[in-house]
Amino acid sequence: MFKAIYNWIDERLDITPMWRDIADHEVPEHVNPAHHFSAFVYCFGGLTFFFTVIQILSGMFLTMYYVPDIQNAYYSVDYLQHQVAFGGIVRGLHHWGASLVIVMMFLHALRVFFTGSYKHPREMNWVVGMLLFFVMLGLGFTGYLLPWDNKAYFATKVGIEIASTIPWIGDDIKMLLQGGDTPGAVTLARFFAIHVFFLPGALLTLLAVHFYMIRKQGISGPL
Amino acid sequence: MEKGHDTKEKIVYVGDSRIRKRDRSANVPQDYSSYPGKTEAFVPNFLLKEWMVGVVVLVGFLTLTIAEPAPLGYPADPLNTNFIPMPDWYFLFLYQLLKMPYTSGDYVLLGTIAIPGIAFGAMLLAPWLDRGPERRFYRRPIASSLMIVSLVACTYLTWEAWTHYQEELEKNGIIPEHHERRMMAEEAVKQGKPRPVPGKDTLPAIVAADDPAFTNIIQAQCISCHGTELEGGVGPALRGIGDRMGKEEIAEIITNGRGGMPAYANILTAEEIDQVAEWLAKQKEEAAG
Repeated sequence: MFKAIYNWIDERLDITPMWRDIADHEVPEHVNPAHHFSAFVYCFGGLTFFFTVIQILSGMFLTMYYVPDIQNAYYSVDYLQHQVAFGGIVRGLHHWGASLVIVMMFLHALRVFFTGSYKHPREMNWVVGMLLFFVMLGLGFTGYLLPWDNKAYFATKVGIEIASTIPWIGDDIKMLLQGGDTPGAVTLARFFAIHVFFLPGALLTLLAVHFYMIRKQGISGPL
Repeated sequence: MEKGHDTKEKIVYVGDSRIRKRDRSANVPQDYSSYPGKTEAFVPNFLLKEWMVGVVVLVGFLTLTIAEPAPLGYPADPLNTNFIPMPDWYFLFLYQLLKMPYTSGDYVLLGTIAIPGIAFGAMLLAPWLDRGPERRFYRRPIASSLMIVSLVACTYLTWEAWTHYQEELEKNGIIPEHHERRMMAEEAVKQGKPRPVPGKDTLPAIVAADDPAFTNIIQAQCISCHGTELEGGVGPALRGIGDRMGKEEIAEIITNGRGGMPAYANILTAEEIDQVAEWLAKQKEEAAG
């Protein structure tokens, strides 16, 4: 029956080439750790994606309990971590995963740099990768405020102060992020929106472009 | 759509303007036959191995989250002036950079814009700065050495920021709030009490509220700092104080002061202090019921 459904869809949309392209592409020997152990350096990109998926899934579960207002944010985090079944694990995954995703992305960038994989014809994919790096740092910065404890509050306060020293646009950036004269209720709401909607949207778009280009161009050849 | 006479004929939507007729051969995956060696198909061969590595990583990661719960301090208090701000570790190199003599104060733009701008700008534009066809890092000495120097600098700055933070904590005798909180929670659980939630602790009721020590002395002298219901304010909450301190210790604190609290030796008589200490020592959770 699945075969029949598949054929029905394939007849109309011609989906076979789409998945065949992903499934059948050959993995060359020089990136396969089964053949050369040193090729494990080629795993960091995949692990970055793996942790990104964990971040997205754990984040989705966290929003089921998190309340982005200054009266309740802290207590909702406390509640979901200590009272909700497996809440501690889900928050732990999201908290430590934020660091691990940065580590993996950093190692991935270093691999690409030191193997010279950003060179012709993959310049654009390198630029997209760097943009992904900035988006991830933005996610780290905005997510840090959300538990609304002292550590979150004062780190954000300092971060916004640093941003406000940028000439000409500094004050506007400060106003945009902070939404007032001091970090407060509006800041938390904005950081939540940026962390949960704006940046993940940018992240997924850039990831799609990143993956499309790697499939189109293939992985860089052996050194 | 035009159909043949045979009604059973299979419809092929090649002529539909919404679907481009694709030549399947155009989308055949690139093969790596130009590279020597053993290639293998992504699905299922390689993906299976990747998945096995992923499972090992996932189990290790889950173990970490169980062994080391995510930290949570005390609720944000914008009026807190003693808190040492600390960004997440991957921002520490930037944070420390801004403490250097030539990247702070009058030169802060060097620290906030110029140096990070050049560093990140160079990373972003690396393919156009390093244009040669050579890919091996040891044949690209300039690019590779610049990257290694940047890595060393970032590592140094991060390490420096962290040691500086540890020194500050030690100098001021501060335990990071999330550690303190975790220790208190473990302590409470060990004693069979419910896990305390900062700011939501339910204090025991006031015992013997009609005692003149409370109505005459405490309500005149103490409530401006310790709260009208002794729930705490500038000073700590006094309800349930009898569980933590005895009468002598309380009397000694009132007489000589402690921390931010002034000495009351010249404000209250020794007899009044004795009454107050006796009343406060009675403030026990058990007695409050």
